[in-house]
Amino acid sequence: MPVIATEKLTKDYLTGFWTKHPKRSLDSLDLEVHENEVFGFLGPNGAGKTTTLKLLMNLVFPTSGSATILGRPVSDTSMHREIGFLPEAPYFYDYLTAREALSYYARLFGLKDHAVVDRFLARVGLTEARDTQLRKFSKGMLQRFGLAQAIVHDPRVVFLDEPMSGLDPVGRREVRDLILELKKEGRTIFFSTHILPDAETLCDRVAVLARGRLQGVGSVEEIFHREVHGVEIIFELPGGGAPPADLARTVTRTGSRYRAEVGVEDVYATFARLEELKARVVGCSEVRPTLEEYFMKLVDGANQAKQAGGGSQ
Amino acid sequence: MNAVLVAVIAWNTFREAVRDRVLYNLVFFALLMISAAILVGQISIGIERLIIVNLGLSAISVFGAVMAVFLGVGLVHKEIERRTLYTMLSKPVRRTEFIAGKYFGLAITLAVNTLLMTVGLVTALLYVDGTLRREDAAVMTGVFFIFLQLLLLTGIALAFSCFATPVVSTLGTLGLYLAGIFSDDIRTFGSLSENPAMQRLTTFLYYVLPNFGQFNVISAVGHGQSVPGALIAGNTAYTLLYVTVTLIAAAAIFSNRNMK
Repeated sequence: MPVIATEKLTKDYLTGFWTKHPKRSLDSLDLEVHENEVFGFLGPNGAGKTTTLKLLMNLVFPTSGSATILGRPVSDTSMHREIGFLPEAPYFYDYLTAREALSYYARLFGLKDHAVVDRFLARVGLTEARDTQLRKFSKGMLQRFGLAQAIVHDPRVVFLDEPMSGLDPVGRREVRDLILELKKEGRTIFFSTHILPDAETLCDRVAVLARGRLQGVGSVEEIFHREVHGVEIIFELPGGGAPPADLARTVTRTGSRYRAEVGVEDVYATFARLEELKARVVGCSEVRPTLEEYFMKLVDGANQAKQAGGGSQ
Repeated sequence: MNAVLVAVIAWNTFREAVRDRVLYNLVFFALLMISAAILVGQISIGIERLIIVNLGLSAISVFGAVMAVFLGVGLVHKEIERRTLYTMLSKPVRRTEFIAGKYFGLAITLAVNTLLMTVGLVTALLYVDGTLRREDAAVMTGVFFIFLQLLLLTGIALAFSCFATPVVSTLGTLGLYLAGIFSDDIRTFGSLSENPAMQRLTTFLYYVLPNFGQFNVISAVGHGQSVPGALIAGNTAYTLLYVTVTLIAAAAIFSNRNMK
């Protein structure tokens, strides 16, 4: 049984002041997320990622279709005991200290033990700031607090909406580590992001959403091994000279080294040419599509399909 | 409905009001009572008690109403605007429980505020009269009626807060408050009319609008008159019923609202 499942999940928002027009934010989303997966939900701004999360959290109601978490409909509030949620750019009760706020959220699950609260604050590195009001927290600290409130009740499934957004490299690393820890503990993590390297590092599978439609789902490994674009050859020329005109088209220079990206069929010819030039080959590796390229291909495809369809949703 | 969850949310709502320094209005009330107590000693002969009771109860009513309306209209709207609601509703909290918790939280805040202002009024009475009299018990009934009005106002403000902006909610709540004060006059106006449709409309409004007029006993208790037990029981039952209906309406609106 999938941990998260959506079937033809669709959401229209009514826009306009006097006359209301439906605007489709999410269109027939079919998705399954399995136990103990780190599932990345990718898409550009306005793709429908946050709408999907809001539908799963029962914050907004679907126009049509359905969604279940742990086999129960998303409208079942008691199921929320087993899930945790970190919204995008979270805002909490800023008149409370971190300890008071986390204690408040813990009490909603019947947890009254201060030791539990302190343990989770320590886990996200907020022990020293535990008696500081949240209004004095930096964005990164708020994000870390947000993670603590999402996991304080030991949930089976954790939903994170753009958990790395606005964080500095250290903060991003900490959040990444925490997500990996949660996976090790056997939890399922569903997170939306547009920071692709994070998705590459963390996800077992990713889904790409654009213009409210699912463009593709697959494991990160599958995407990387789908095709080889070419071969990258790094080399140095004797005496630091410039490459001849026939090579110059495919070469870029960084310091004293050159990088040539050539098609698989041209690899041997290029090596022969480098041998003639008495070049020293420093490195050679396959060039595979990055997640970003895969992502952009799908998003561009969605944009072109929309234009071909006359701009209608 | 889970009473523990409602209590947890109510306590936090009260804590928010205290941290936001809402109870600072008590300082103004204290200054008003002290000034009045000193002034009436110098300018009035024999009616010090009447002035203090009238002024004190009016101030408790106005300060409380301002607090009920302005905090009430933001109870839910602020949570939506600041998106604190997103985390709240991802917990095992039903929307109905959230509404009930917010209502009782503000009710506790108003109760504490009213209680402290009552202590100020009694102190002022002691200062001008030197002692408390038997008829001062009626003043407590006056305070109780003011508190019942505040509970009604909070319910109305909260219901508006579930679907309207704070400005619209404030105007709507104040509009209903004013109309409710004059609901007896509306029915009288209808009975004077010879148009049956007008009579039906004014009778309908009389029953639907919150009847705030029946809670006003300030003048009577100022003159030392006691309040009939039937009126106390009637007003209490009326408030409980009206608040229950208002909260059910608020919960129904809120439960069907998309949190965009």
